[in-house]
Amino acid sequence: MSETAPRPLGGPIITKPFAILGVFLLIGGYFILRRFLFGMADVSNMSNGYPIGTWVVLDVVIGTAFGCGGFAMALLVYIFNRNVYHPLMRPALLGGVFGYTLAGLAVMIDLGRYWNAFNLLMPWYAQINSVIFEVALCVMAYITVLWIEFWPAFLERMPVAIKQRFNLHKLQVFLRRYMYIFIGLGVLLPTMHQSSLGSVLLIMGSKLSPLWYTQWLPLLYLISALTMGYGVVMLESTLVQRSFKLPSEAALLAKLSRVAAGLLVLFLAVRFGDLLARGQLGRAFAGDRYSVLFLIETALFAAPVLILASRRRCANMRLRFLATISLLAAGSLYRMNGYLLAIDPGNGWTYFPSAPELMITVGVVCLEIMLYLIFVKTLPVLPGSIAEAPGRPS
Amino acid sequence: MDLERRRFLRGAAGAVTAAAAAVAAPVNEAAAFGPREPKTLPPKAVGMLYDSTLCIGCKACVSACKQANGMPAEQPASLAAWNEGTWDAAEDISGKTLNVIRVYQNGTMAEKDREQDGYAFVKRHCLHCVDPSCISVCPVSAMRKDPVTGIVTHNPDACIGCRYCVYGCPFNVPQYQFDEPFGQISKCQFCNHLQAEGKLPACCDVCPTGASLFGLVEDLQAEAERRLAAQPGTLYEFPRGKLGGGRPGHEAPIGHYQPHLYGEKEAGGTQVRYLTGVPHEKLGLPELPDHSYAAVSEGMQHTLYKGMIAPLALFGGLVFLARRSSKTYRDEGPAHIDEEDSSS
Amino acid sequence: MGFVDDTDRVSGTIRNLDGYEGALGGLTRREFLKYCTGVAVTLGLSSFTGLRIAQAATAPQRPPVIWLSAQECTGCTESLLRAYHPTLETLILDMISLDYHEALCSGAGHQAEAYKAKSMKENWGKYVLVVDGSIPAKDGGVYCMVAGKPILQAVKEAAEGAAAIISIGSCASWGGIPSSDPNPTGAKPVHAVLPGKTVINLPGCPPNPYNFLSTVLYLLTFGKPPDLDIKNRPKFAYGRLVHENCERRPHFDAGRFALEYGDFGHRQGWCLYKIGCKGPETHANCPAIGFGDAGEGNWPVGIGHPCFGCTEQGIGFTKPLHALADVKTFSPPAAFPAVNSPKGEGITPAAAAIAAGIAGLGAGAGAMALRGMKDEGEEGGKEASSRSSSGQH
Repeated sequence: MSETAPRPLGGPIITKPFAILGVFLLIGGYFILRRFLFGMADVSNMSNGYPIGTWVVLDVVIGTAFGCGGFAMALLVYIFNRNVYHPLMRPALLGGVFGYTLAGLAVMIDLGRYWNAFNLLMPWYAQINSVIFEVALCVMAYITVLWIEFWPAFLERMPVAIKQRFNLHKLQVFLRRYMYIFIGLGVLLPTMHQSSLGSVLLIMGSKLSPLWYTQWLPLLYLISALTMGYGVVMLESTLVQRSFKLPSEAALLAKLSRVAAGLLVLFLAVRFGDLLARGQLGRAFAGDRYSVLFLIETALFAAPVLILASRRRCANMRLRFLATISLLAAGSLYRMNGYLLAIDPGNGWTYFPSAPELMITVGVVCLEIMLYLIFVKTLPVLPGSIAEAPGRPS
Repeated sequence: MDLERRRFLRGAAGAVTAAAAAVAAPVNEAAAFGPREPKTLPPKAVGMLYDSTLCIGCKACVSACKQANGMPAEQPASLAAWNEGTWDAAEDISGKTLNVIRVYQNGTMAEKDREQDGYAFVKRHCLHCVDPSCISVCPVSAMRKDPVTGIVTHNPDACIGCRYCVYGCPFNVPQYQFDEPFGQISKCQFCNHLQAEGKLPACCDVCPTGASLFGLVEDLQAEAERRLAAQPGTLYEFPRGKLGGGRPGHEAPIGHYQPHLYGEKEAGGTQVRYLTGVPHEKLGLPELPDHSYAAVSEGMQHTLYKGMIAPLALFGGLVFLARRSSKTYRDEGPAHIDEEDSSS
Repeated sequence: MGFVDDTDRVSGTIRNLDGYEGALGGLTRREFLKYCTGVAVTLGLSSFTGLRIAQAATAPQRPPVIWLSAQECTGCTESLLRAYHPTLETLILDMISLDYHEALCSGAGHQAEAYKAKSMKENWGKYVLVVDGSIPAKDGGVYCMVAGKPILQAVKEAAEGAAAIISIGSCASWGGIPSSDPNPTGAKPVHAVLPGKTVINLPGCPPNPYNFLSTVLYLLTFGKPPDLDIKNRPKFAYGRLVHENCERRPHFDAGRFALEYGDFGHRQGWCLYKIGCKGPETHANCPAIGFGDAGEGNWPVGIGHPCFGCTEQGIGFTKPLHALADVKTFSPPAAFPAVNSPKGEGITPAAAAIAAGIAGLGAGAGAMALRGMKDEGEEGGKEASSRSSSGQH
């Protein structure tokens, strides 16, 4: 049993990859500074034709989907009571903590009038018809919930003296007893805002290609968030296990990949059913920009389904890894298409992110990876045995 | 193994078909996620009738707009190098330009208001939708619609700069000042500060031909219908400034209008309406359905979140299940959340 | 070099005339050269050309001019009489030989007609024909008879032997007042009754005398008409809209308009467009050279009256005075943003490199991870099954 208990990995924090990530973080930080000093046009190509650029699309819309590992796993472990997956829970949660927290950070960079951001919480400014309002509140709440869910990991590592000093034992007991409420919230809130990320696009109407614009956007975004959540857990687990030479989770991942494949089938069913019902499927073969994007996207969605259709291939680490990558790429492209690539605001607008704009996104992602590395090395997140963890502080 | 795969794929195909059928029915009926009731025009709503065939391209409205709203001159990047600050030549509405006259050009451009080998002017600014998308998306109520005049205004003190109004507006009207460190959203507010003093919106005030005509939307609608009904080429007394405002009008032949009053129905109706000599889509006025996308979006939100019943029910179910499984888990095996702290 | 020689020769010619009082129209030699240079500048020619003009104007054989008046009001002649540099007599006595002009002839009746016939015969193919007034064509042209025959016939006959034909005034150029609806005399412009001939039109009511003098001197100097536009008007005078050089133009651009005569805007000198100024659709150089010699600012718009479009066919005498002009300034328009003018920043090499770098990094990392997995695939599977069993119990 002790082999599955989460342990801090230990080891030096500042390694060569960590330093390289740090360099990118510094570059991103420099451009973030410029954005605040000279305005967004200084570093970004966002325009009034494409007011939503890579920061929101990559860091928030796709970033939070990558952060859905915690949501997807909580659904599986706690709601559908599949305890076998429990060892994957805490790393998934950590991924969610950073995915969402840094999405919040990216939003603060992206907000044009960030000093007014607290207006979101002022009841007299609330605009309950706004999808974005709902997304904003939900994400804020979910970030809080994620940290609360993750809090036990801190408490486990906290020196007893401090715990006694601040009477944190009580907190620990409280969290343990009532964690199910936060787990409920931790599933409810992403369900709400991930589907709402689809609802956001309902306002786009004729600006968004009919291949993407549908009443079923909320459902499609919700399913794709779940598939990406499982995808990111599989990816993370595979990579971490290989990098840190941890015990393999292959059996769990094989099973998990079947769940993801099932969801992908559901996604494709809704997607194509809707296109058929609206009679818009012909556009997929129109040969224009949208049809190319749609076909690439569909191929990426279909590939994992084909790979994971047989149990043997699910167990094959390599194929499973390929399927995972394809799945994540599919979900990302679906989101990028909906928010950016399949959008035509008319009026002659074009958009491609500028180099500094991309570097800010790269910086945020690097920060995410760096924080993840720090956390897994110092806090009990990943499963492993004490004996195996080299240089772990007692 | 192969058998199993086949079964899986067959299952997948079956699921796709079933879902297609399941999805098709409600989409066709549009019952479950029907748009919410469309909003209606306030009875005293003010608006503008822009008659493209009367517009002479003098840009007096552009200049007056800048003056009335304290906006600086603007040049496209290609011209900024040699005439920055000396000449206003905005390419489109922007963070510094609320109103601009643009041109449609075709072939030799020999004749005005002709689609082939012709040209036409079009004015571009906020259309003051009856059911505005910008208001629907704004999370902090920075965009508001005046209940009496129907003017869509913007409150920069509330605005958080998320730019979803820019994103969601079917006409791309709200504009964020990307080049300012503390930028704000700019949009035509129909000179409501001038209207409060009993004056006309600056553009309608200066328009020499009455191409921009201010008035009550109802009256403007009737005026537009009169113009559409009149025989092209017959002399017509075109009012200037405000419809029924007592200013001298001018007599000119009725233009060859497209038989369509743009803005009467588009996106649920707008308070600024366009009469044009060339098809509106050539003038950058997009083809839109008769309902507002705000109604679609809010219809969805109201269905899913009506009284927060569905989310609360879902929450209750989730908590119940989570509680049950955390109990099971406690009974069955180790979980870090239940495990006593190892270091204690 | 050529110019220097030319200058000497020309100066010499003029010097010889210095002793003859009145040879240069009462001007001193210096004043006369200044005048010719001025004409050259009006025509948009180099100031050296002024010397050539001086030479042409003082040539011993003055070119003969036949001036016929049809349905006219003598306004064209009157405005010509009020030109000051040079005065009309300089023109008709010293620069051209005005052999026939119904208002200015010293002779009358048969005497005048006989001199006209003699001049036309002697100078066949060399004289300049000037016509003012429109030509009545209805009923055989009986509505305007001079010396017992319709003016239509007189014009046709005179045109046959003319080196150049000038229609002066709006009536001659495009029909003017007599041709306005209902046009009882069937009045036509000169060019309409002389098909196949080049007729230089100098419209205006009255036309600016300097445009006439400049055209005549151009003809004398170069032996050919100046550059003409599509309606055969000299481009130097009619190439631009009144609106383009109007002194009130900034008010138009700023949206400041007089709304009625005597209102605040009118008194402030604001743009007269709203009270019917036809400047935006009328081609003439009035704002540039004013009118006559009464000083700058004395043209209609300068004194607060809207341009009524006297020089433009279909505008003056046709369009109501208070009807708004079609603004032709921008046709075809060039100074407006197009409806779908491309906007926004495109892809830059640096951005492309970064995007490619990210994609490459992802692909590379994926490939690396995959390569490592190859050998472990089965092992991992085995371990997985053992782990899964342990996890499940």
